[in-house]
Amino acid sequence: MNRINKKLNESKKLLSIYFSAGFPSLNDTVSIIESLEKNGVDMIEIGLPFSDPLADGPTIQKSSTAALKNGMTTETLFNQLKDIRKTVSIPLIIMGYFNPMLQYGVEAFCKKCQEVGIDGLIIPDLPVDVYNNQYKSTFEKYGLINVFLITPQTSVERINFIDSISNGFIYMVSSASVTGSSSGFGKEQTDYFKRIAGMNLKNPQVIGFGISDNETFAQATTYAKGAIIGSAFIKHLNKNGVTKIDEFTRNILN
Amino acid sequence: MTYNINNKGYYGEFGGAYIPEMLYPNVEELRQNYLKIMAEPSFKEEFDQLLKDYVGRPSPLYFAKRLSKTYNTKIYLKREDLNHTGAHKINNTIGQILMAQRLGKTRIIAETGAGQHGVATATVCALMGMECIVYMGEIDIARQAPNVARMKMLGATVIPAISGSKTLKDATNEAIRDWINNPINTHYIIGSVVGPHPYPDMVARFQSVVSEEIKWQLKEKEGTEKPDYVIACVGGGSNAAGAFYHYLEDTDVKLIAVEAAGKGIYSGESAATSILGKEGIIHGSKTLLMQTTDGQITEPYSISAGLDYPGVGPMHAHLYKTGRAEFVSITDNDAMIAGLELSKLEGIIPAIETSHSLAIFKEKQFKPTDIVIINLSGRGDKDLQNYIDYFKL
Ligand SMILES: Cc1ncc(COP(=O)(O)O)c(C=O)c1O
Repeated sequence: MNRINKKLNESKKLLSIYFSAGFPSLNDTVSIIESLEKNGVDMIEIGLPFSDPLADGPTIQKSSTAALKNGMTTETLFNQLKDIRKTVSIPLIIMGYFNPMLQYGVEAFCKKCQEVGIDGLIIPDLPVDVYNNQYKSTFEKYGLINVFLITPQTSVERINFIDSISNGFIYMVSSASVTGSSSGFGKEQTDYFKRIAGMNLKNPQVIGFGISDNETFAQATTYAKGAIIGSAFIKHLNKNGVTKIDEFTRNILN
Repeated sequence: MTYNINNKGYYGEFGGAYIPEMLYPNVEELRQNYLKIMAEPSFKEEFDQLLKDYVGRPSPLYFAKRLSKTYNTKIYLKREDLNHTGAHKINNTIGQILMAQRLGKTRIIAETGAGQHGVATATVCALMGMECIVYMGEIDIARQAPNVARMKMLGATVIPAISGSKTLKDATNEAIRDWINNPINTHYIIGSVVGPHPYPDMVARFQSVVSEEIKWQLKEKEGTEKPDYVIACVGGGSNAAGAFYHYLEDTDVKLIAVEAAGKGIYSGESAATSILGKEGIIHGSKTLLMQTTDGQITEPYSISAGLDYPGVGPMHAHLYKTGRAEFVSITDNDAMIAGLELSKLEGIIPAIETSHSLAIFKEKQFKPTDIVIINLSGRGDKDLQNYIDYFKL
C-alpha cells in the first residue's frame, strides 16, 4: 500500500509541511525532511522550484527564486533524495509546476520518483482532464498518487468528478487566494469546510493555503483529515535557517 | 488540416488551458460563453459601432509608393497605427470590455510590457467607467514613463511587478495571481493571443477585423482579395493573428511572422522564440517558449518592449510547426534602420515592434508583381526617445 494511503488510515489528524527544495541552502533538502519527521510531521511536500509559480504568493516565490539561484535542478533534487528512504519513512510528495516535469519527460520523472521513494505528486497547473486522458496510467505504473486541488468556487459536480479519479486525498484550498495570503479563517471558510465535510467524499481532505499557526491548524483539522503549512514554514526558515524546527512544529501541534 | 483552433481549444498540439484549479471557474465561465456572446446581435452592433466611431475603423490600406519603388514590389501598409491609442491593441480591449460587461464583471485587470496594451485597457475602462488595474514590470515602468503617465491620467492604477525578472512575463504572473485572489468580480483582459484557452482564440477573433478589412480593401484596389504575402511582427502574436486570420486556410497567401532577434539570435540577448524555444507551458498555454533544459522560463531581450516575451501564442507555434507561416528574425539594428527608412520614404514613423516587419525587405527578395501586405501594427510616438538615442538625431 502507498505510504500516503497508510498514513491516511491512521486515526490522528495529519500535519503536512511544504518547503522549497534547495532553500535556504542548496543541500538543506535532506536535513529539513529528516528534522520534520523527527519532530512529528506526518507528511512532506517537497517543492520543486519553478521560475514562474503562478499559484504562489510572495513568500514561496522568493524561496523558489532563491532555490534556483542556489542551483537547484530536477536532477539535483533526485540526487539529494536518492538515499532518503534509508532514514525517512513518512509519505513524501513532490509539489511543482508542470513545465519542469514535461522537460524532464513525464515518464522519466515518474520513474525517478518511484526509484527514490516519492509517493505522490501535486501539480497545480496540470489540469484534471489532461491528467486523466494522458498521464494517469503513467503515474499509476510508477505507484504515484496524484493529488488534485479544489477551491471554494469548485462546483459540486466537479468535486464529485475529482473525488472519483483521486486515490489519495483531496487538497482543499482554504480560500480564493494564492499561497500565504490569508490570516485566520472566518465564517465563509468554516462554512465551506463544513460543506465539503458534509459531502462524504470517498477521499479524505487535507486543507492548505492560509494555515500558519496552532489556531488555523486546529480549525482546519476540525473539519478535515489534515492540514498543510507552507509559507509560514518558509518564513520560519527565513528567520531561523534550518534550526528550531522542533519549536515550529511544537507551536503548531501543542 | 486546419490552421485554426479545434473544438478542444488546441491548434494542432498547442494550446489548451494548463491552469491551477483556482482559475478553473473563471476560465470555464469565459470558455462556455465567449462564442455565444460574440454571436449576439447586440454585441456585434456595439463592437462594430465602437470600432468605427471610437477607434476610427476601418483603418486604411495604404499603397506605399516610394517604399514599393525602393524594393521593386507592390507594398501595402495596413494602418493599425492610425487607430485610437496608436496600435492594434485597442481592437482587442474594446471586444474584451464588452465581454466583461456581459459577464457581469466590475473590475478589470491587465498586464502590460511597453504599456501599449495597458493604455488600450485603461482607455476602454475609462470609456465604460470600470475600475482598472494594470500590472507592469518594475523595469518596464522605469523605461516606459510616458505610457505609465497616460494610464494614470486615464484613471488606471499601475502596480509594479517586482517578482522574477520584473518585466512582461512577471507582470502576467501578477495579473494571474490577482485573478486567483479575485475570482468573482474581475475580468482579466489579456493583451495578446496567449494564455489559457479560450484567450488565444477570443483575442484572435477580436483582431480578425484587420484581415476582414484587408480583403475588401484589396479587392477595391487590386481586384483581388488575395495578396501574395501577409507580413506581421510577433511578440505574443495578436497583430499577426489578426492580419493572418481570414487567410489561414488559403495557402495561396503566404504568411510571414517576424520575430525579434535582439542583438543576434545566438547572442544570448534575443526574443526569437520559434528558433530558441521548445515546447512547454507558459501562462497556461502549451506552446513554444524560451526556457532552460530544466524547464525554467528564461528572460528574452529585444529593443522593442512589445516583442520582449519568452513565448508565442499557440496559433503561431502551430503555424511554425506545420510550416504554414515562414518565421524570420530581425535584429535590433536592422529594425531600427527600417523604421527610419519608412519615416523618410513615406512620412510614417512606425513603432519599433512594427519596424521589425518592415526590415523583411532587406532579408527577402519579392517579385515586382507580388502584392505584399505589411501589418503596420503601431505608431512610433512612444518610441521617439529610443529612435533619437539610437541614431543620435
Ligand atoms: C505596436 C505593437 N506591435 C506589436 C506588438 C506585439 O504584440 P503582438 O505580437 O501581440 O501583436 C506590440 C505589443 O505591445 C505593439 O505595441
